[in-house]
Amino acid sequence: MNSLVSRFSTTGPIAELRKAKEVLGDDDEFSDAVWGSEAGFGSLANGVPKFSIPQVPDPSAFLRLHTDDHSDPSCRIKIKHGTTTLAFRFQGGVIVAVDSRASAGSYVASGTVKKVIEINPYLLGTMAGGAADCQYWETYLGIQCRLHELRNRERISVAAASKYLSNLVYSYKGMGLSMGTMICGWDKTGPAVFYVDSDGTRLKGDLFSVGSGSTFAYGVLDQGYRWDLTDEEAQELGRRSIYAAGHRDAYSGNTINLYHVKEDGWKFIGNYDVSKMHYEGPNGVGYGYDIRTEGRSSANPPATQ
Amino acid sequence: MECSFAITGKGYVIVAADTTAAHSIIKVKLDEDKIKTLSPHLLMAYSGEPGDTVQFAEYIERNIRLYQIRNTYPLRPSSAASWIRRALADSLRSRKPYSVNLLLGGYDTSTYTPHLYWIDYLGTLTEVPFGAHGYGSYFALSLLDRYHDPEASLEEGLATLKRCIDEVSKRLLVAPGRYKVKVVDKDGVREVEI
Repeated sequence: MNSLVSRFSTTGPIAELRKAKEVLGDDDEFSDAVWGSEAGFGSLANGVPKFSIPQVPDPSAFLRLHTDDHSDPSCRIKIKHGTTTLAFRFQGGVIVAVDSRASAGSYVASGTVKKVIEINPYLLGTMAGGAADCQYWETYLGIQCRLHELRNRERISVAAASKYLSNLVYSYKGMGLSMGTMICGWDKTGPAVFYVDSDGTRLKGDLFSVGSGSTFAYGVLDQGYRWDLTDEEAQELGRRSIYAAGHRDAYSGNTINLYHVKEDGWKFIGNYDVSKMHYEGPNGVGYGYDIRTEGRSSANPPATQ
Repeated sequence: MECSFAITGKGYVIVAADTTAAHSIIKVKLDEDKIKTLSPHLLMAYSGEPGDTVQFAEYIERNIRLYQIRNTYPLRPSSAASWIRRALADSLRSRKPYSVNLLLGGYDTSTYTPHLYWIDYLGTLTEVPFGAHGYGSYFALSLLDRYHDPEASLEEGLATLKRCIDEVSKRLLVAPGRYKVKVVDKDGVREVEI
């Protein structure tokens, strides 16, 4: 009853606010809560910014109901999923390679996405899963890594950075975060790769691939991987593996971004077009099966005199 | 889970299929042969819905044999592939379709050429230099894009097949334990150990 009265009253702070909103043509994206001090900061009409949340008892269950395409492929909201990312440790450091396609359902939303986030000159993070979740939380991780540096006069270790992220996403478990990431870098212990996902899993390892195209990347990566790869061989393996996924997985492709982390920090090696790799390769020899095997035949006719 | 691979090489086709027969979470049999010899130069690996697979494979086997008895000569691989595809396609629009995926490997003795056909339960027929069915294909196809050689010797071909099987064993959670491997070439069909 009180709220009904205040809604239609012509005096009092709420009514003033309502009138101001009408004059300014404000939208409803702001709550009616009024700032404690109005000493010249912002318009009084705009209250505290807030998110629109569904008017249901359990908003996170509601979100899951409409975004979980695992259990319900016909769900209303499709979160951006398709990706291939990989990272591996070897004698010469860490190789990080990713594709650049963003897909929403069967639609290619973008072909020029940066799926490697440069956390600091010694740390890289890869992104797979929800694009927004990865982008936001890995940027946030970057801020926390910098604060660690300022507070402790020492760079954060890869183990600590990845654990910070895994603890963070674990605290949001069950609320719909979707990310599969690799935190890669070089610290006092040498090259390091950690896999972190939104389930809260955190794994230390030599070689990981994440995303819908990961199986295709693994097929090439596992077979070509050795610890004592040279820098050039390792970069080629990373590039070739992402190409394989870009070629076979409909949700991966467009271009390849390649990074190499060494003792003195990461270096961006290059951006490679998947189609160009198919026909021409990085130096004239195409990766494509038909290109690679052109002119070769399985027939074995008997030799004629 | 069921996995089958096949690759062509210089004058041969290698066909490999896992040997497990599963029911629910149980392995019922560990040495089931899922590759049929349809004619002196034709092999067929089959997988899919339990029950349908053997029924369909035996139906094909008998009809291919009947053709050979009636005509003295067996069907050539491309013709056999077309006929099998048609059998599947007719079945698809029947009241109870066969859910069977096939890899058909054969050696055409009149053109001295090995042929491999990938056929799925929907009646898709495509000639390929290498093929796979099941979850194993997610790992093997990219690998074969990289390593397959149409002119590989039998030893090299078997080494490439070994790569596929090892990769699937390494990465696939539900990887099969054992495979049966058969080769068809100018001398006919034989089983090989890997």
